[in-house]
Order: sequence, then structure tokens, then C-alpha cells
Amino acid sequence: MKKSEKKALQIAACKIRIGAVTAVYSAKSGHPGGALSAAEIFAYLYFKEMKIDPNNPKDESRDRFVLSKGHTCPGLYAALALKGYFPFEELKTFRHIGSRLQGHPDMTKTPGVDMSTGSLGQGVSAACGMALAGKLDKKLYRVYSLLGDGEIDEGQVWEAAMFAAHHKLDNLCLIIDNNGLQIDGPVEEVAGPGPIDEKFKAFGFDVQKIDGHDFDAIESAFCHAKTVKGKPSVIIAKTVKGKGVSYMENQVGWHGKAPNDEQYKIAMDELHKSLTELEAE
Amino acid sequence: MAEMVKKATRESYGLTLVELGETNPDIVVLDADLSEATKTKFFKEKFPERFIDCGIAESNMIGVAAGLATCGKIPFATSFAMFAAGRAFEQVRNSVGYPHLNVKIVGSHAGISVGEDGATHQCLEDIALMRSIPGMVVLNPSDHYEMCAAVKAAAAYKGPVYLRLGRLAVESFNNSDDYHFEIGKGITLRDGKDVTIIATGLMVSRALEAVKELEKEGIDARLINIHTIKPIDRNIIVKAAKETGKIITVEEHNVIGGLGDAVCSVLCEECPVPVVKIGINDEFGHSGPAAALLDDYGLCAPHIVEVTKKALGKK
Repeated sequence: MKKSEKKALQIAACKIRIGAVTAVYSAKSGHPGGALSAAEIFAYLYFKEMKIDPNNPKDESRDRFVLSKGHTCPGLYAALALKGYFPFEELKTFRHIGSRLQGHPDMTKTPGVDMSTGSLGQGVSAACGMALAGKLDKKLYRVYSLLGDGEIDEGQVWEAAMFAAHHKLDNLCLIIDNNGLQIDGPVEEVAGPGPIDEKFKAFGFDVQKIDGHDFDAIESAFCHAKTVKGKPSVIIAKTVKGKGVSYMENQVGWHGKAPNDEQYKIAMDELHKSLTELEAE
Repeated sequence: MAEMVKKATRESYGLTLVELGETNPDIVVLDADLSEATKTKFFKEKFPERFIDCGIAESNMIGVAAGLATCGKIPFATSFAMFAAGRAFEQVRNSVGYPHLNVKIVGSHAGISVGEDGATHQCLEDIALMRSIPGMVVLNPSDHYEMCAAVKAAAAYKGPVYLRLGRLAVESFNNSDDYHFEIGKGITLRDGKDVTIIATGLMVSRALEAVKELEKEGIDARLINIHTIKPIDRNIIVKAAKETGKIITVEEHNVIGGLGDAVCSVLCEECPVPVVKIGINDEFGHSGPAAALLDDYGLCAPHIVEVTKKALGKK
């Protein structure tokens, strides 16, 4: 990846973090931890990988994205706003009465949201349906779905995984945001979903494990996924929950909590400092 | 007049899917390893590329159907009512109902008439579950001709629909040339002034028998077929209440949350009259031959006659 391109993506990821934290702060509720851990993935998908047009969000030939871990929509909304689907200022209406930005993604309200999600495990099945429709219609679009590593406790994820492999959905690429934490604690202590890679291999997926904050690794993984034929792909992205805001990093308590005024100021100072450094380089 | 046929509505469903598949390339059919029983096998044989067997994984099936619908397909996601409406309720609610996607949820083998399989497979709650989802149309056709019309209407309607199929063969009675199916419009099968019997699904044919028996005994009963439980035909119900003063509802479903409750909620707002609900009285089913079970639970003409006479103060 060119240095300038990587810089642009890093800036996008930082702005997504700023947007996500601003949204959660404005709502006085929401889920910052998993939005921050996936910021690089959102940035790469919306600013490099996916064939999409904010001026034509329903284009039938577009790539699709399903946020199966719907609670981390502050990250998705920030990416969509940054891409031009709606004004960045609108993030401040997140979770407010009358807002287009619901607490979990609503495809009927928010431009650019391809599927309503929030009840864990369900988005990935819808992504399978979209990928299958592409196969039936011989269309070339790809379907991406981001899941949490806690979310894969849900049995439906594995029903969907079996389905995707059986139908050879090589136009489907799942990404697991492997930040290691869920509401009740570390994923390995709560319900033990591991080994995640071996499980997906056994279910017939092409499996890659990467550092989910490293754009070179992210690019390489998505490029490889596009070359896989006859089976679906999964990218297991090792990430840090709460990444980018010092006091949120690796803290389970920041799964679903809004910062207070003082905490918000600290977060904004840190993120804007990162942004200034990136832009100055 | 169309010919009288004796068919289970699940068979009528399977045959109509094939007919629709011929002209509409967007129709896709999903099943969960029950295509032989639900009769989606007819579609599978004719259009294998548009038939998706999801295996015994109903939750995923509903989600896949939702995803297909976002891409312009018209999916008919089919399983036994217990699993399509019951097991996958939350998937239907959140992945289909909430985004108001154009998915048809089809629950076969509904009610007690599943028979020998017993309580675990006898779904008596599907109507209650499905009508509680905002924007969901709930259809429960009564015979072959009505099912054929309902499947076509469901395909033409843009939005989520729950369609209830029965296992048992039933003699057709919606044969007349002026038969007309419209979502949300009840059908008066027989006019009458003494009392109104409102029935749905398989129970309509049994209520027809009951009305004939009542006529012999000098009771002029009106019979209304409610094939659409939601949106319910308020006008036909209120008119019947005003003109006959007493209502009997008959359904192969728990009396909690089904047709009877839907009728009562209309009447208590618009025209309160006495209503007697015939159905499964808040209990589970059990194993046995289907026809005998229906009799055992009072879902039969003699019991409808008895309840109606009692409601009219006659022995």
C-alpha cells in the first residue's frame, strides 16, 4: 500500500473514532468499545474495498455490508457520514427521538445501511441471503459482514456458516472483530468460543488471521479473500477493544457506556491529537 | 363452478408455487428439510436452481430469506408452523418484520391436526405470535381454492406475510365462479339472523357442517370465513354483531391470541355482544389420529352446534 493511501485510511479511521465517540456522548448511551476496535475495518471497507456510491445507495450492483454486531453502529454511522451518505453533524442525533440514526442499524431509516441488525447472529444470515441472490442473478457484487467475537456464541452464526460453505458463497467475506471482550468479561472466560480459526476452517471457510489495526495486513487479507473460489472467507481481525481512547482500551466496562463530560474531553483531546499528528506527517 | 376437490392446503400451496414460478423469476422457495411434507418439493422438482434447502436450521433460513428479499427476490420460507413461527419467531420479528421485508413466512402442519406427532409439533400459538408483529399480514385459508388464491395474493403483496397451511385433506367449498379472494376481506358463506359463527382455516369446513345441522333444528346461523386474521375485516364482524347479536368463533389454535381474541378486540371497541370462543383452551395437544383429535378437542360440527345452541339459550 502506498504511504499516502495508508495515511488517508489512518485519518479516516481516526475520524470514524471521533464520530463514534461523539455519537455515543451525544446519546448519553451506546457502545463505544466495539466501534473503536473496528475503526480500521470500517475505514478500509468504506474507503478502499467496497464498490459503493453514496449518491446511489440502493444501486443493485453495489457491494453490500451487514453489521451483524449491530450495537457498534456508531462506528458504521461515522463511516457512512464520512463517506457522504449524510452530514457528519447528524451523528449528534444518534439515539435521539426522531433521529435517522437508531440505537441499532435500521435499513428503512438510514441511507447506506443495507440490513437492519442488532439481535446478534442474525445479520450474518441476511448476508448469506444477499450473497446467494448475487449468485442466482450472476451479479458480481460482494457481501461483507462484520461480527463480534462474543457474537459467535450465537448458534445461528454457525447455521449461517454451514449454509455459506454448502452454497459455496465465495462472494461472501466475514470479518470477526476479535477484540476478546464481551459484556460479562473476556470471551474465553464467558463462553469460550475458541479456537475461532479452527472452527471456521472446520466449517469450510478460507481463514485468515490478521492484526485488525494494520492497514497493510487488512489490505492483504481482503485482496486474498477476493481470489478464493468455491468457499466463503473469514478474516479474524485481532483488535483492541476501545482502541484510540486510552482509558477505554481493553476495558470491558466500555462495551456499552457513554463517557461523561470530562471523559469525553479526554477522548476528544487524544483523538484530535492523533489526527493532528497524522495530518502533520 | 370449479370442481370439488379434496386436498390438503399444503398441497394447494406447493402446486401454486409452481404456477407462480413459471411466470415470476423472482419467486424463490426455501425449506428446512421438510419439502416432502410441506409440498415445496413440487417447486424443487421444477425449479431446482430457485429452491434452497436450508437444512434443519430455521433461524438461518429466515435470515437468508430476509437477505434475498433485500435484493429483490420474493422468498417463501417454509417449515412446520412450530418452527417457522415458533422457533424462528425472533428472526421473523427482527430480520423480516422490523425492516418490513418482502418475505413470506409459511407455516405448514399448523394446529392440532398434525396428529400423531403430538404436542411438540402441534403449533397452537403461531397466529398469536405472527399477529403481534407490526405490519405482518396473517393468512389462514380454508380450502384448496382459497389457498391457491391466497398464495398468489401473498406473492403480489409487497411486505411480510404469514401463511398458515394445514396437513389434513379438506373438501373444497370455495368453488363458485364468483369466489373472490382479497387480503383483509372476510367472506359470508351463509347469511343468517339468529347468530354468527366466525371460523378460520380448517375449521370453516366444520363450521359449514354445523350451520347445516343448525338449520335442520330451526336455527338461522350466519357463517363468516375469516381467511385474513390480520388485517381483520372489522366491517363484516361489526355488521354481524349488530344484525345477529351473538358471535361464536372457531379456530384450530389456542383461544388466547388467535381469531377469537382478534374478533373480541374489534367488538369490544365497536359493538360489544356476547362472544363464545371455540378453540384449544390454553392447553397442549397430544398424539392421536388427526380427525379423532379434532373431535376430542371439540373442534367438530357437533360441538359447534352444541355451543351455538347453548349461546342461544336452547338445549
